[in-house]
Amino acid sequence: MKLFRLTLLAAALSPLALSSAMAQNTNKLKVGLMLPYTGTFAALGNAIENGFRLHVMEQGGKLGGREIEFVKVDDESDPAKATDNVNKLIKRDNVDVLIGTVHSGVAMAMAKVAKDTGTLLIVPNAGADAVTGPMCAPNIFRSSFSNWQPGYAMGEVVAKKGHKKVVTITWKYAAGDESVRGFKESFEKGGGKVVKELSLPFPNVEFQALLTEIAATKPDAVYTFFAGGGAVKFVKDYAGAGLKKTIPLYGAGFLTDGTLEAQGADADGLETALHYADSLGTKRDNEFRLAYAKTFKLQPDVYAVQGYDAAQMLAAGLKGVKGDTSKKAEFAAAVEATKIDSPRGPFTVSKAHNPVQDIYLRKVVGKENTLVSVASKGLADPARGCKM
Amino acid sequence: MDLSTFLIQCLNSLQYGLLLFLVASGLTLIFGIMGVINLAHGSFYMIGAYMAFALAPIVSGTFGGGFFSALVVGVVLAVLLGYVLEWAFFSFLYEREHLQQVLMTYGLILVFEECRSLLLGDDVHGVEVPPLLAGTLPLGDTMTYPVYRLFISGVCLLLALAMYWVFTRTRLGMMIRAGSTNREMVQSLGIDIKFLYRVVFAAGVAIAVLAGMVAAPVSSVYPGMGNSVLIICFVVVVIGGIGSIRGALLAALLIGAVDTFGKVLLPQAAGVLVYVLMALILLWKPDGLFKAG
Amino acid sequence: MNKSFVVAAFAALAAFPLVAGSYGLDLVTKIMIYAVLALSLELLVGSTGLVCFGQAAFFGIGAYATVLLMGLDWGDSMLWVLPAAVLMAAVYALAVGALSLRTKGVYFIMVTLAFAQMAYYVVHDTPLGGGTDGIYLYSKPALGSWLDLDKPLVLYLFTWACLLGVYVFLAVLLQSRFGRALAGIRVNEQRMRATGFSTYPYKLAAFTISGAMAGLSGFLFAVKDGFVNPELMSWHLSGAVLIMIILGGLGHLRGALIGAFAFALLQELFKSEAIFGNFAKHWHLGLGLSIIASVAWLPHGLVGIPEKITQRLRGVPRQDQEAHHG
Repeated sequence: MKLFRLTLLAAALSPLALSSAMAQNTNKLKVGLMLPYTGTFAALGNAIENGFRLHVMEQGGKLGGREIEFVKVDDESDPAKATDNVNKLIKRDNVDVLIGTVHSGVAMAMAKVAKDTGTLLIVPNAGADAVTGPMCAPNIFRSSFSNWQPGYAMGEVVAKKGHKKVVTITWKYAAGDESVRGFKESFEKGGGKVVKELSLPFPNVEFQALLTEIAATKPDAVYTFFAGGGAVKFVKDYAGAGLKKTIPLYGAGFLTDGTLEAQGADADGLETALHYADSLGTKRDNEFRLAYAKTFKLQPDVYAVQGYDAAQMLAAGLKGVKGDTSKKAEFAAAVEATKIDSPRGPFTVSKAHNPVQDIYLRKVVGKENTLVSVASKGLADPARGCKM
Repeated sequence: MDLSTFLIQCLNSLQYGLLLFLVASGLTLIFGIMGVINLAHGSFYMIGAYMAFALAPIVSGTFGGGFFSALVVGVVLAVLLGYVLEWAFFSFLYEREHLQQVLMTYGLILVFEECRSLLLGDDVHGVEVPPLLAGTLPLGDTMTYPVYRLFISGVCLLLALAMYWVFTRTRLGMMIRAGSTNREMVQSLGIDIKFLYRVVFAAGVAIAVLAGMVAAPVSSVYPGMGNSVLIICFVVVVIGGIGSIRGALLAALLIGAVDTFGKVLLPQAAGVLVYVLMALILLWKPDGLFKAG
Repeated sequence: MNKSFVVAAFAALAAFPLVAGSYGLDLVTKIMIYAVLALSLELLVGSTGLVCFGQAAFFGIGAYATVLLMGLDWGDSMLWVLPAAVLMAAVYALAVGALSLRTKGVYFIMVTLAFAQMAYYVVHDTPLGGGTDGIYLYSKPALGSWLDLDKPLVLYLFTWACLLGVYVFLAVLLQSRFGRALAGIRVNEQRMRATGFSTYPYKLAAFTISGAMAGLSGFLFAVKDGFVNPELMSWHLSGAVLIMIILGGLGHLRGALIGAFAFALLQELFKSEAIFGNFAKHWHLGLGLSIIASVAWLPHGLVGIPEKITQRLRGVPRQDQEAHHG
């Protein structure tokens, strides 16, 4: 009996011992995708992976002359498991490059492990300012945005429109704080004043009390940061409370990205700022959108673009080192020197490896975020705290 | 805060409290009266919301029905689901300890979420408010109040009254209450306790699904929505006193008030106020506000 | 027989580094850390009958205390950081226990949850915790030059030693007069009180000890990951630990061990792309079905497996399968 139980224990643990011994030494480049495949952000994880794979497919399955092999880990958007999941990719699966993730808390854990082990990391979404701030490193890149960027761009727009008194509202967490901070910085520089900063605990979605507060404060405009299910509800509640007609609402683009079908008519006319729009109309974007729709039978969104560009960044770096990922400094130099031909428009990365990109002002027309103008050209995140 | 704002906040507080009761009432039934810890309650709420989204095109396609027809279809499906679930999973749990129920319903949460992912995908969805109830009422010069929210509050009050009436004034309610205190005795009196429990469980599931369907137009439909309501529902039932319907209603209204005014007056502590409320009430009245019944 | 299983398990774990790759070492260190947490909860739930739904708070306090105290840079000797983190968790447990033990049953469960949520919101919503994205541990504690927890093997063995220490401590505790009192409280508290036994101090002591051990688990977690996040205090984690010990089997210390390993390994199994290919992203389904199956067929948790098998082999009729705790 004791032997039986011992054997069971050994059998259960043996795959762990064996799998690490089976690390292959082929010419394939192992890309570890650490994305949310379950939970609230699953749709984003899928879109990012699709975008990444599309670019690899377009390049015939090879980047920098090396065939790409994928390994996937579901990070469940759980920061408590993040370090384990990254270690799984690095130590068990021996990936050469890490791609991930959506949730900022998880990305922070990934950044630390990447910094400590020197593994290449490309972040295809998480906007935590810290990733290209205090945690910046030669082997850490981001193909998406920093929370500060869309906020800052929107602040400039709202100030130019002549609004003087603004109330901000968001969830009380790092992403919301950083977005509002970006907005406040440029808005107050442009002569406006943020009279009230409202926040509610994450992920509480009972907005009525704060909407009443907004109505009582009677500002010229409202700036907000919400995403996902919360964004859908907020836009609907804002319209339902009649505020849409009296107090213009502005937001970071996530307010209306991936949520328009759910928001319906309540989102019509909303202006948001983001580094992508649904109707850019450029040749590059049209090609991308067509290819994506054909391959995945879905319309692409900003997350797909970010995934696609992560692959482009990887390709650019690999080209510079002729496929040898151990040359970290040369890899970084190659990426820094490349102008990424993105569907969002060409962009380069800053010294801290965050995209220096145009932030667009978009307006919801029908079921699309149509381009109005460029809110901020070539906006670079200040990378506060980065020592590179 | 001036008077008109204060009154509007009271309205917000009342409406949120009633919505909470609506969502928690299914749990009051299953947990409060049957004594089964059902962690999958949030999943039933989620199933309701997704049903509202998924049934709408089917219902309008097959017989041109709208929101209300979808509601009826949804409730019928929910009763069937509850009946089958009870027979398959829960009937053997009554003799087991509470913690076995915890473990099993935890497994059910995982299964339900994944089935939802496989069948309906992971995107965020919205449900349209039925045109009949899509109007708004003016509240002061800047705000309006959606009629649909008043409808939700109305549904909730009706449900509360119906539950109260069934449990305290009908034979069925009497049998259920008796069965929850002494299963064997009721059985020995010739009442088919197994069937009774199945009916009550199905009703509990149906109420949770109904809540999800009714709330869907004002909340949104997204993965993981069940988890967020789960804890707050348990808080409602426990503060009110397990087994007490009017306790649950009062608790829901209290939480509505604390949440609403907390956000405005004490935004720093807004996230924790409900739990502080629960701790204070339980330390004052260790068995909740009201006794069962 | 059960003792020899436990001895063999610990011996196997001690020998594991000889065959494990770096990932295996990593994974099993983490599982052992959760096993310490599971044991701490088993003391309350399985041995005393107090179902606490707030264990994550003590765990998180231990973890956060470790990071914040190491950040003070008062010398990184483990001699003071470890006891300090454990003490802080114990103090919170004492406070929570003092207030919560006034309630019983489900109300007790919810009050412990409430206090855990309060701790969660302190780190999540106030500057005390350093932010919602989490904070980093930049240097790991050491004891002189021979106990440097930055080395994975050293950390593995240190964790193993902690797990062993906690297990032995609890085993001895439960056999002592104190442990007998807890068992009596679990079985029938009213009867204990009727014989003039004052149960409250025993329950409070158990609660505090449990909190201290959870704090130790938190310390180990922070040292291993080098990163703490408010989600360490969330009710999801409290729930997960509870699931572990119920799955393993309540009322047995080895149930907590088995539960922690089973829960983690089941997840590894269902997430494995090698076995499930593209379906691995739906691993929740496999895990959920396994859990439901275990409730259906193993009412005493996984510790009941050998019993069930021997009974099937010997053909013992169903109604003789009695529950036995201890």
